[in-house]
Amino acid sequence: MASPFDELKFRDPERARALSGALAREVEAAGRTISLMHVCGSHEQAIARFGLRAAFPRNLDVIMGPGCPVCVTDTPEVDEAVALAAQGARVCTYGDMLRLPGNSKSLADAQSDGGNVEVVYSVSQAVDLARQRPAEQVVFFASGFETTAVATAAVLLSGVPENFSVLSAHKYVPAAMDVVSEMKETNIEGFIAAGHAATITGWGIFEPFAARTRTPVVVAGFEPLDVLAAVLELVRLVRARRPEVMNCYPRCVSKEGNGPALEKLWKVFDVVGGNWRGIARVPRGNLELRSEWDHVNARRRFRIDTAAVGGASRNVLAEHCICGTIMSGLAKPSDCTLFGKECRPDAPVGACMVSSEGSCKIWHVYGGPPDLREVA
Amino acid sequence: MCLGVPGKVLSISDDGMSAQVDFFGVQKELRLDIVDVPVTVGDYVLNHVGFAIRRIPPEEVGETLALFDQILKEAAAGDLMAEDVRGEMAAGKGGGESGRG
Ligand code: SF4
Repeated sequence: MASPFDELKFRDPERARALSGALAREVEAAGRTISLMHVCGSHEQAIARFGLRAAFPRNLDVIMGPGCPVCVTDTPEVDEAVALAAQGARVCTYGDMLRLPGNSKSLADAQSDGGNVEVVYSVSQAVDLARQRPAEQVVFFASGFETTAVATAAVLLSGVPENFSVLSAHKYVPAAMDVVSEMKETNIEGFIAAGHAATITGWGIFEPFAARTRTPVVVAGFEPLDVLAAVLELVRLVRARRPEVMNCYPRCVSKEGNGPALEKLWKVFDVVGGNWRGIARVPRGNLELRSEWDHVNARRRFRIDTAAVGGASRNVLAEHCICGTIMSGLAKPSDCTLFGKECRPDAPVGACMVSSEGSCKIWHVYGGPPDLREVA
Repeated sequence: MCLGVPGKVLSISDDGMSAQVDFFGVQKELRLDIVDVPVTVGDYVLNHVGFAIRRIPPEEVGETLALFDQILKEAAAGDLMAEDVRGEMAAGKGGGESGRG
């Protein structure tokens, strides 16, 4: 055995078959359709990549919720980054933010207009860039959920050059679960929480949510067995009417989470209300720099003129985008009239077609609905 | 952006701030500011956007596999109880319109 983390152990077909059989019996015994929601793009990727929907029984719906940080980055947030690039700043961001449409332009457009836009793999690369170019203003357009925000917090705490600042579009997942669970028409009976976010926050964070909404939550990893076991466990909790939290990813997630990381996160960020693209205004859904960090907050350092880069033209195609409805669990990508036609990964109309964690992009890459039952 | 892949720590920088980590043949430098416990050479860590976010104790892998087996066992036990529920359904209470073929 080459390593104790032999991925194949978590893809063992025999265990997978056994789990899938147990899941089928469990759902059949429920005698009705059960709808579950996961809130993580990586789970949709795992489900699509391993064809797991084929292993799910027919009356089990596993819906992708607002689990793609890029997809829920709001249009005005993109406009701010585009405006900063137009105003002469060097804007650094994660790769999948580049094509995300703003009101009328994306950062890729800003780049072709001559703006300095740089894709980085890590926020520390953006800090390095600022060190190398002391005469420029380097702005890190920060996206991602709490796990990613911890990295942003860490670089600020370890000291950044004066010409470096942060434009935060970081989001906080637990807040969005509250909003989605309140949308009665979705009828979600259980949530699958993202394993790596819980690595930081701990699974204990979901306990108040489960108790308040009377909805069970299972924390899951990203290998086929992780997902199957989590779904099975969640269906069992639903059937037993036990609104509890269960950790199906103990190799990475503890109840308390990563204490030192959480301490760093809350030293730098605060939760504030914010709009999630296409979904709703999410109270406590955005992570903004605390006032002690005003000196590195791009929103405080610059007068950002978004009127100059957007708002003028009306994007008629974008008005047909139903990303928000999809992320609320009320529609599927194939329900969108633009899917795969006007809207494609090379010419995205909506945010869900941009990121590798967006449901429309994932369905497109894996050839339409990733549901082998339809062809089997 | 965020699939957590474990990698093996090959070396640690002199100031202890970063590590050279091997991800199934691909080497990357990871920062160590936010990892939950101190790491040493040979440890496995989870990477997220260039930062180690957790040291994975090897015994926890076994723990997860044991969990899968336990879930299966419980599912089998629960299934016996489900038998009479299914009996009721078969007796004409409706229920699932399509069985698994
Ligand atoms: S296919 Fe494109 S336009 Fe339609 S919902 Fe998805 S991202 Fe929006």
